[in-house]
Amino acid sequence: MNFKINGRSHELTVDPRISLLELLRERLRLTGTKKGCDQGACGACTVLVEGVRINSCLALAVQYEGREITTVEGLSAESELHPLQRAFIEHDGFQCGYCTPGQICSAIAMVDEARRGVPSALTQHLCAPKFDLTHAELRERMSGNLCRCGAYNGIIDAIETTLVTQQPAQDALRPGAATAQEGGR
Amino acid sequence: MMPFEYSRARDSAEAVRLAGGRSEVRFLGGGTNLVDLMRETIESPRSLVDVTGLSQQIVAREDGSILIGAEARNTAVAADWNVRARFPMLARAILNGASGQIRNMATVAGNIMQRTRCYYFYDEASRCNKRTPGMGCDALEGFNRIHAILGTSSGCVATHPSDMCVALAALDAVVHLESANGPRVLNINELHRLPGDTPHVETELAPGELITAVEIPACSFAARSSYLKVRDRASYAFALVSIAAAIDVGDDGTVRDVRLALGGVAHKPWRARKAEAALRGAPATEASFSSAADVELRDARGLEHNAFKIELARRLMVTGLRELIGAEGRGAPSGAHGHANGNGREDV
Repeated sequence: MNFKINGRSHELTVDPRISLLELLRERLRLTGTKKGCDQGACGACTVLVEGVRINSCLALAVQYEGREITTVEGLSAESELHPLQRAFIEHDGFQCGYCTPGQICSAIAMVDEARRGVPSALTQHLCAPKFDLTHAELRERMSGNLCRCGAYNGIIDAIETTLVTQQPAQDALRPGAATAQEGGR
Repeated sequence: MMPFEYSRARDSAEAVRLAGGRSEVRFLGGGTNLVDLMRETIESPRSLVDVTGLSQQIVAREDGSILIGAEARNTAVAADWNVRARFPMLARAILNGASGQIRNMATVAGNIMQRTRCYYFYDEASRCNKRTPGMGCDALEGFNRIHAILGTSSGCVATHPSDMCVALAALDAVVHLESANGPRVLNINELHRLPGDTPHVETELAPGELITAVEIPACSFAARSSYLKVRDRASYAFALVSIAAAIDVGDDGTVRDVRLALGGVAHKPWRARKAEAALRGAPATEASFSSAADVELRDARGLEHNAFKIELARRLMVTGLRELIGAEGRGAPSGAHGHANGNGREDV
C-alpha cells in the first residue's frame, strides 16, 4: 500500500488493525504525532489529511492509502519552524509539550475551516457569510485538543496572534510551506 | 483488536454483496466509534466493508427537502448552506456534538449507528445485557448520572449518544436502506429500538443492511428551529439532556404545528409526540409549553443519580419553545435564530 506522508511516498504492507497513528509512529518513526488517550478524547494525535484535521488514533491506516497526510514534521522545511510553532514558544503555549503537535496541527486546520465558512456551536448566525474568531470561538473550535498542563491561555494567544489577527497569506499556512514570516507581535 | 478482513466497496450494491447479510460483518465509515469498540474488543467483526467511497452528496431539492448521502461527513452536513437555512436545528445539533476532528471523520450513517456511551457497556469487567444478553446490568444500581429516564427496561437504561439523531427525529428524517432483498426506507423514529428485554438489538436493520442516504422532508417552519444541549462541560461532551425544537404559531397565537425531540434521555432519540399533541391548537404560551412538557415526562423515571434529568428536560422544552416564539415576536430573520450555544445554560 502506498502512503503519502509529508510529501513523501512510502510503500508499506500494513495489518488492517493498525491505526494511522501507529503507522506514523511505529512504522515510519514520525514520533512528533503523539498517542494520548488512543480513543479520540484528547487530540494529541491530530494530523491533517488533505488539510483536514482528524484524530489519527481512530483512523485505520488502510483507509488512508493514497491520501496526502501532513504531520507536525511536515509543517515546515528543515530546521525552520512554522510561524505557529514559534508563537507557541513566544506565548508559553505549552509546558510539557506532549499535546503541542496536536494543538498546532489542529489550529492550522481549524482556522482553515473557519475561512471556508464552517460554523461552530457558538456561531450566532448560521447563515452569516463570515465569522469572527473570538476567544470563545477559538476555545470552542479547539475543544478537541486537551492540555493537561493547562496552557490554554498561551495556546489561544499564539493561535490568535499567528493565524487570526495577522491573517498571513494563505501560502504561509499551507502545510509544508516554510516562510520567514514573523510569528510574534 | 481481533484480526479482520478489510475490503472497500465502490458502490452500495458491492457493499451489500460483500456483507452478504452476515452478522459478523460491519460497514466502516469514519471509524470514530467502531474502531474504538474493536480496540476494546466490545465488537470483534470478522470483516469490515469500508463504505466511505459511497455517496457523500448533499442535494437540496426544489420541494424543500434535502437528500444526504450516507457517507457525507458530519462537518459537511453542518456546513451545507441549505441545511443551515432550511434545518438549522440539524446544523446546530451536529456542531454541538463531538470535536472538530471527529466531525471531520464521522459519517451520517455512522452517527446513526453509533453505540451507547454507557460506562458499563464499555467496561468488560461489568455486567451488561447489551454485551452479553441475560448477564444483568450494573448501571441500574451503579453510577447512572448519564442514563435514561424514558422508555427504559429492567435490563437496560443506556442512552443513544447522538446529537444529530435528535434533530433527525424531530424532522422525521427518512433513512434509505439497501440489502440483498432490495431497497427500503424507514423513518428514523422507527429505526432505533427501545431496550425491552433485548437491549443488544438496537436497530431494526437486518444483518448486512446498509444505510445509503438520509432524506429530510420539507418542513417550512423548521427554518427557524433550535437545538439546545446541556452537558457536564462547555464543549466536547455527550448530552445530559438536549432538545431539538421547531414551532409554527398562527396569527391568532395558537400552535399550528410543533416538532420536539429529546436527546440523552432514552435508548433512542426521543420524539416528544405527547407534548406535540398537547401543544397543537393550544395557545403558544409558556403555560402551554410547561403543561405539554409535563405530559411528555409523566412516565419518566429517575434512577439514583439521574432524576435531575426529568426537571432538566422539562425546563429545556419550555426554554427552547419560549425562545423560538420570542424570536418570532422580535422579527428575527428566518433561519438566523442562533441561540444554541452548547454551554450549560444558566437560564434553564
